[in-house]
Amino acid sequence: MMHGTAEQALVDDLRRALEPSRVLSGSFEKTLYAKDASALDPSSPGVVCLPKTAAEVQACVRIAIAHGRTIVPRGSGTGLAGGAVPLDEAVVIVTTKMNRVIEVDVDERIAWVEPGVLNLDLSKAVAQHGLHYAPDPSSQQTCSIGGNVGTNAGGPHCLAHGVTSAHIYEVEVVTPTGELVTLGGTAAETSGYDIRGLIVGSEGTMGIVTKVAVRLMPNPPAIRTLLADFETIREASAAVSDVIASGTLPAALEMMDANCIKAVENWAKAGLPLDAGAVLLIEIEGVPEGIEPSVAEIRDRCMRNGARTVRVASSVEERALLWKARKSAFGAIANLAPDYYLHDAVVPRTRLVEVMDRVLEISQRYELTVLNVFHAGDGNLHPLLVFDGREPGVLEKVHRAGTEILEACVAVGGMLSGEHGIGLEKRDYMPLVFTDAELVHQAIVRSMFDRDGRWNPQKVLPSGARCGEIRRVPEGAWI
Amino acid sequence: MSVATLHRAPISRDLARFVTDVGSVGPVRVVGGRTSWDVGRRAIADARDVKAPDTVIDVLSDELIVRCGAGTPVTDLDAALSSARLQCPLDPIDAMRSTVGGVLSVGRSGVRRLRHGNVRDLLLEAQYVSADGTLRRAGAPVVKNVTGFDICRLLVGSIGTIAAIGEVVLRCQPAPDVRTWFVAEGIDPWLLRRTLFRPSSILWDGMHTYVHLEGSAAEVHAERAVFPRANWTETDRPAMSNGRAVLSLDEQRAIRTSQDASILGDRFLVEIGVGVVHGWDRPLTPPAAEVLAMNRQVKDAFDPTGRMNPGVLPW
Repeated sequence: MMHGTAEQALVDDLRRALEPSRVLSGSFEKTLYAKDASALDPSSPGVVCLPKTAAEVQACVRIAIAHGRTIVPRGSGTGLAGGAVPLDEAVVIVTTKMNRVIEVDVDERIAWVEPGVLNLDLSKAVAQHGLHYAPDPSSQQTCSIGGNVGTNAGGPHCLAHGVTSAHIYEVEVVTPTGELVTLGGTAAETSGYDIRGLIVGSEGTMGIVTKVAVRLMPNPPAIRTLLADFETIREASAAVSDVIASGTLPAALEMMDANCIKAVENWAKAGLPLDAGAVLLIEIEGVPEGIEPSVAEIRDRCMRNGARTVRVASSVEERALLWKARKSAFGAIANLAPDYYLHDAVVPRTRLVEVMDRVLEISQRYELTVLNVFHAGDGNLHPLLVFDGREPGVLEKVHRAGTEILEACVAVGGMLSGEHGIGLEKRDYMPLVFTDAELVHQAIVRSMFDRDGRWNPQKVLPSGARCGEIRRVPEGAWI
Repeated sequence: MSVATLHRAPISRDLARFVTDVGSVGPVRVVGGRTSWDVGRRAIADARDVKAPDTVIDVLSDELIVRCGAGTPVTDLDAALSSARLQCPLDPIDAMRSTVGGVLSVGRSGVRRLRHGNVRDLLLEAQYVSADGTLRRAGAPVVKNVTGFDICRLLVGSIGTIAAIGEVVLRCQPAPDVRTWFVAEGIDPWLLRRTLFRPSSILWDGMHTYVHLEGSAAEVHAERAVFPRANWTETDRPAMSNGRAVLSLDEQRAIRTSQDASILGDRFLVEIGVGVVHGWDRPLTPPAAEVLAMNRQVKDAFDPTGRMNPGVLPW
């Protein structure tokens, strides 16, 4: 616990650097930043700063260092792995007030944005030019570009276009020592190591991003959105592998299982088949003349693997409704049970059938309800165990089932996280996928720029401490 | 944890031999096809030359990935992928001599970057020998992965100065049915870029505009149909003269006519929308002092004794 006088001195210094109203030290105000959208216990920040400029971020960092405090960068707080949970009474630096789209170069298809710009707002800002920002996490209405950079976020359309790292040209960063540097560049190549690439996905352990140059992509001239329904997850999983092998790579390939369909359709009214074991939502982009053969090919692959019907959205509105159903799926589960535990493992796509069998078997053996809504085309699973934490012994069952699911994914060559990051939640699972020597290298990477371990401590790498406890479904969480 | 067994592809005899060759002491460098031997070279330094495994190990067409030794010639990789109807757009100028590991280590993207993105994003997994002689893995054979810090991105473009890459897994794509270069004279290449949906490459020499299209026959035909009016003909990829430069964004913005491009010399070929100029030699701009310091921290952290490719630095 921080001594009151020392705490006050820290707050006073920060309030000399920022408008006092943007330095939050009251217990209620700090509660708002005590956790992210993960199901982990909250942890009170020491103080919360809301800078508006890179210079203010630098000032916050330098003051935190002078006071010997740890630092936790935070975007919109939509992270699902506890990456923004502030341990050790950290100084939390929130970028939500740095929310300007600074410049758009339409010809070169580049936008410079501050980190607090919301993902969807960026695409809206450039829509008039026929452009968009491709990574589209399901939380895109509320997640920020800075947070996307921090976690190397994904999204349904990353199947064809790649995850965040592939769309970041340049990052301006306040380093762990408080310097303002620009990494990467808008030129095609820059000299030196790709430290830009290291910063992306570093979960706030290597500094805080204050400006980002992103790649914009042209809107496709034609889009077809297909909904294929299957009697079983097994058939749908087999269809995923077959589609991937077809020679036509969809822009997105998503799966929802029966439990998820019921939860979503109940309020989304998207026309999802309530008697289906699973549906695939498949999107194809291209030029109009070339897209129909791709639709036919994918329809054929789905039918060959047991699809009962393959419906093609007939209007922009129908497409939007299907995507609304998919991207709102996580919110819908709040109606099923008060608590949940979510994983984000990624597996080879050809192993989907057996992994989904295992997920089902594990959840049944532990008598737990599991929902699956995930980026099937990437092999990025989101098994979601829902439960009532008041039930005696259920937390232990959920932990054990979750661990078994992760182990099943790792056993087929999978990894712990496809897009949410490791954060606090999965750090103690890292030895499942890295050797001791590799973890040493990971630790070396982490400490290269932050020798004091001041930045987002206890995240990403195992430290011997326990994982945070799982808790209730947070409001406004997405997968 | 109840399960501590790590799932890994078995280590091949070739990779084990490579680990031994790299060893843990003495200066060492990995030799590829020597097509970019002088990139980053600051001084002549004695070092033991080693070669990475040079075969394609596994083409997984239903995963859209390939595993191969880093010493595999790109032409061998292309052939193996082609027979599985896949492609991996490394696209070095000299595919016969260039190796996969060489392309990744130098980090220069190919001429189809406009559609396929940067070469750095193709690397999913690397088995590398670190300076202490230990074999380690970065990444994994999955197409999406944020488990831990992204050492793969650090390896691409590092010119072997922080580790020796032995084996890699690369992201692939379905091979297109049709791949064609077209050329016409007097066409505004920027107009062409704005007009087409997803060209692979647009090259311009001040007079001729070249465009590369790929996809199904219907897709290529449709894209071809929206070309600005001109006398377009099919052609081979244009020859690339020696010399390479990378334009800054401001320089790219400033060049819009043949007269603007006169600063690029007589035999330039510029990648529109990318800014790489072939046939005009200019070193990359060195990093700012603070960034240079971070680069040195990376080098020192991974290679504290300076044994990895001595005499070469990527900045």
